[in-house]
Amino acid sequence: MSYQRFNQHALSEWMRGKGPRSDIVISSRVRIARNLSGLPFPMLATSSQSAGIVRKVEEALRHQNRPQVMEGAELIRMDDLEDLEKRVLVEKHLISPQLAEESRHGAVVLSRNEAVSIMINEEDHIRIQCLFPGFQPQEAWKMADNLDDWFERHLTYAFSETKGYLTSCPTNAGTGIRASVMVHLPALAMTQQLNRLFPAITQVGLAVRGIYGEGSEALGNLYQVSNQVTLGQQEEEIIQKLAGVVRQMIQHEHGARNRIQESSLTKLEDRIYRSYGILSNARVISSKEAMQRLSDVRLGVDMGLIPDLSAQVMNELMILTQPGFLQTRSKQRLDIEERDIRRAGMIREYLSMKRESE
Amino acid sequence: MQCQECGKRPATLHYTKIINGEKTEFHLCEVCAKGKGEQMPGVESFSIHNLLSGLLNLDGQFAEDPNARSSVATQGLRCPTCGLTYSQFSKIGRFGCSDCYQAFSDRLDPLFRRVHGHTTHRGKVPERTGGKLRIRREIDELKQEMSRRIENEEFEEAARLRDRIRDLQEKLDS
Ligand SMILES: [Zn+2]
Ligand SMILES: [Zn+2]
Repeated sequence: MSYQRFNQHALSEWMRGKGPRSDIVISSRVRIARNLSGLPFPMLATSSQSAGIVRKVEEALRHQNRPQVMEGAELIRMDDLEDLEKRVLVEKHLISPQLAEESRHGAVVLSRNEAVSIMINEEDHIRIQCLFPGFQPQEAWKMADNLDDWFERHLTYAFSETKGYLTSCPTNAGTGIRASVMVHLPALAMTQQLNRLFPAITQVGLAVRGIYGEGSEALGNLYQVSNQVTLGQQEEEIIQKLAGVVRQMIQHEHGARNRIQESSLTKLEDRIYRSYGILSNARVISSKEAMQRLSDVRLGVDMGLIPDLSAQVMNELMILTQPGFLQTRSKQRLDIEERDIRRAGMIREYLSMKRESE
Repeated sequence: MQCQECGKRPATLHYTKIINGEKTEFHLCEVCAKGKGEQMPGVESFSIHNLLSGLLNLDGQFAEDPNARSSVATQGLRCPTCGLTYSQFSKIGRFGCSDCYQAFSDRLDPLFRRVHGHTTHRGKVPERTGGKLRIRREIDELKQEMSRRIENEEFEEAARLRDRIRDLQEKLDS
């Protein structure tokens, strides 16, 4: 098992900050839940049944005519990983905390570019997840759909004509699809417009949640918008509705950015450059402050105020400064204080490296 | 926006639920969402062992349903394949196996309507094992296409479609 490979490429493709509308949309993700027919769901499966599911997926992956993206893909068993290694996979959004911490015979299949991660024995037998940079929910769905078709040639799914793909939780039944888009909305947050925007989004049946809430706050103005309904709508409808709403969010965020630029540019510049100054010089920084400052700096990059940095600064640093990454990098467990020191060091180093290379 | 439960922390979870046919909005902080045992679609981090009672508000819902309240049969409802009882299901909010859907079918449609606003799958069908459903859907599509052709007086094409529908119908009946 070359877990080292994943560790060396600390960063997945989706963090590179490329992709359509990447000034506002960080990433697009589609995951579909599937179960094999004739076996209890992971919650009630025996240890040997769960081990058997991993074997079945492994065998399926050995068949000819694998989708190209799966060439060189690797199956990693949770039991073979250290806690910190699992944590890093969680921080990269490649596996869920549940798979890392609670699954029996949990495993993940990762494609080389990490655009595909297939969780085995999480809440459902199989969860196919495709993660793309920027605004590409359609593309993520197409890839997940393809992988699903290919798996279905080799595995028999639990499916009912009226309830569709049968899942462990009734909130996933039917299509088993959860499509989500991660957006960065600093200007809407600054102008206090999220209060009006979010209720409108929930009214059309989508859900919004802040990400990176250590405790209770949405840090770094990052939000995830996703579908709630999985039964009774077609996958394409679900994706299109989500995409439509996100397109409107992008417009609103652009509008808010323009208005701030027109009405209070100096104040905005001051805020952005202060945050840049703090990130470039701080010796101790909490993850909360780091996320907030990174959000400011990212906005500065998007608005052309910080020419010596690129958009990936936030995407990369928000992952690299997570506790799992910091501890893996320093090859030891760290308490919160030590993490805050390492985090500040990591950010300084990263920023000075970027400045030199530009 | 403040959390509607505690009014103290900022709300980070925003979603709707359909309760008694009414759409209800929720704006909660992470702490209150967990405390309520709310399961947020798209959030995969809540644990299965962290029993999500109240998750789907089954108790509340069936308390309003006189049939369900008095029914001893509901109490004893059990999936013959995995052994999960209906009352266990309503506590943990998870099925034990795919046969649970059949075993609890009489009770599930109100739940699906609540969560999804629908009760019947309209999405993808497995290519290899989708079997008759796939064929039926194809027949429906061909029939629509056929009537369009007839309206446009494209009778040759309509006849070809009619033959294909007949073939599929035979496949379905066999
Ligand atoms: Zn609260
Ligand atoms: Zn069952």
